[in-house]
Amino acid sequence: MSVLVNKNSKIVVQGFTGKEGSFHAEQMIAYGTNVVGGVTPGKGGTTHLDRPVFNTVADAVKTAGANVSIIFVPPAFAADGIMEAADAGIELIVCITEGIPVQDMVKAKNYLVGRKARLIGPNCPGVITTDEAKVGIMPGFIFKKGTVGIVSKSGTLTYEAADQVAKAGLGVTTAIGIGGDPIIGTTTKEAVELLMNDPETKGIVMIGEIGGGMEAEAARWIKANGTKPVVGFIAGQTAPPGRRMGHAGAIVGGADDTAAAKMKIMRECGITVVDSPADIGKTMAKVLNK
Amino acid sequence: MNLHEYQAKALLQKFDVPVQEGVACTTVEEAVNAYYEISKATNSKFAVVKAQIHAGGRGKGKIKGTEQRGVQVAKSADDVKTIATNLLGGTLITIQTGEHGKVVNKIFVAKDAYYSGPSETKEFYLSILLDRAKGENVVMYSTEGGMDIEEVAHNTPEKIFKEWVQPGAPLAAFQARKIAFNLGLSGDAFKSCVKFVSNLYKAYVDLDCAMLEINPLFKTADDKIIAVDCKMNIDDSALMRHPDVEALRDFAEEDATEVEAGKFNLNFVKLDGNVGCMVNGAGLAMATMDMIKLSGGEPANFLDVGGTANATTVEAGFRIILRDKNVKAILVNIFGGIVRCDRVAQGVVDAYKNIGEINIPIIVRLQGTNAEAAKDLIEKSGLKVESAIQLEEAAALVKKAVS
Repeated sequence: MSVLVNKNSKIVVQGFTGKEGSFHAEQMIAYGTNVVGGVTPGKGGTTHLDRPVFNTVADAVKTAGANVSIIFVPPAFAADGIMEAADAGIELIVCITEGIPVQDMVKAKNYLVGRKARLIGPNCPGVITTDEAKVGIMPGFIFKKGTVGIVSKSGTLTYEAADQVAKAGLGVTTAIGIGGDPIIGTTTKEAVELLMNDPETKGIVMIGEIGGGMEAEAARWIKANGTKPVVGFIAGQTAPPGRRMGHAGAIVGGADDTAAAKMKIMRECGITVVDSPADIGKTMAKVLNK
Repeated sequence: MNLHEYQAKALLQKFDVPVQEGVACTTVEEAVNAYYEISKATNSKFAVVKAQIHAGGRGKGKIKGTEQRGVQVAKSADDVKTIATNLLGGTLITIQTGEHGKVVNKIFVAKDAYYSGPSETKEFYLSILLDRAKGENVVMYSTEGGMDIEEVAHNTPEKIFKEWVQPGAPLAAFQARKIAFNLGLSGDAFKSCVKFVSNLYKAYVDLDCAMLEINPLFKTADDKIIAVDCKMNIDDSALMRHPDVEALRDFAEEDATEVEAGKFNLNFVKLDGNVGCMVNGAGLAMATMDMIKLSGGEPANFLDVGGTANATTVEAGFRIILRDKNVKAILVNIFGGIVRCDRVAQGVVDAYKNIGEINIPIIVRLQGTNAEAAKDLIEKSGLKVESAIQLEEAAALVKKAVS
């Protein structure tokens, strides 16, 4: 068992022949991920990295049976790429692209309503199921097989958590990087719910940051439905209000989306919240060994 | 990206959104000429002089060291001369600028909107922004105009109305009518309001605004609806398709160091602490700031070097952080995934040697690909650089440096 992706997932890479797409597709293949081809409009019929190139996602679905797509398309065209994948019947769309205009994402997110596709991201490191499939840009070697699921808005903090979890003698089932943009496809709560329902996952690391109300929503859901221990961390306890901290979505807008407010709600909902990002791994080990 | 009131109003006029018109001036002479022009056009001796800075609360704000407000009414050319002389070059301090205030380089000489007429004037509030939870744009409005809207929302939430707009569609006609009815308008003012909000929503979407606020939204004594003030913030990610708007960027309003950092693709935000940091990834950068605080220091900055931490970017980062004389130590925290740690380490060593004298402790934490080789490289470099692999070790080193 695993969540979202596994060794049977058939992955198509949108923006396959570009610099980013090529580099990361090669890394994904080296990890053992089942990449069945890529899409670059106008280059259909050729091959790249020993895989077929298609003109459209629909062709990749029809010919290669793709059911998961990963998007490396530049920001101006990425929302269109999301809609194309959803229209083609892709079940899971992972959008890595950073810097998509917000109004484009308003339209793309709305386009997904009533379609079967689930979107992860954009502006995220992707999804990895340890030793099965890496659909993202994370360094594969830091993920050791284990029983901890990770949900995170941040890329490098996902790596930090995976590394600490491994150092604490544990490992990772699936890590989901949900992305740091104001509008993303899969929320913290939805990602936590997926891991909560995964029999292999015994504990969950939930990493959030300032801005928005997704952590509070997830915390309330966990309080009502949680069956496994959750360790939480919120980045940006020292961030000044009104300033954007790197991620487009990381801005304190009011009293409710500060790190302190989120941490308080999470603690009230039974989540073990750590103050320091250095304590994620050992705290997970402690709560799992109780 | 933030725009000045006069810039935002000019953009709105292209969308047929009526505004309180005026002329942007950089000298006293221009301001006086603008006044003559305006008083001739309006046939009135009244005009308003408004300081143009990127911060709210200008009307109540004062020029440093004086009792001069940032927005003032003039009744004569002499008034304009005096006000312009007082405002231009002065430092305006408002509730949003902080104690440092902002230098006034431009003033907007505008027509008086509060002239008398057959009906009573009224001030409303209206803004358009993104509702992150719903993934939809929302028009937020209130009969309580000209006030701090957060206070209104807190004290009298029933006075705040919201209309969510179907993605990809214009503001529906029924919604525009609903807004005008809820604001208590009728007759010509009602019609004027319907047209105003429909056009305003189109401007918000077409210009890729991240936030558009009209406060006050104003009903004149002859039943026209106009924007007396306007705050416009453009989505940075969308500037690529608005080169004309991007050209309006006022670098004088931004922190010079942050602008320079941007040239190196470094994402930098200046803070007031004593420990600088340089990190890859926004989330880890914020977490590193938090860790500095927990170790007894205060973060001096947010700095995300992104996916490419090489000698050039590291050197630029060091130089920018070192400019702040309050900085007593620098923590470099890189989680090397795709980036190899030994390369980053080499970059740190090269940058250090290029800069020459660095008199404060540098702590370098490199974890991930080739972390051991990186630690080795740093330790054998002979430089006054402490290295760590685990985040905990880095925290302990920061503690040592600030105590």
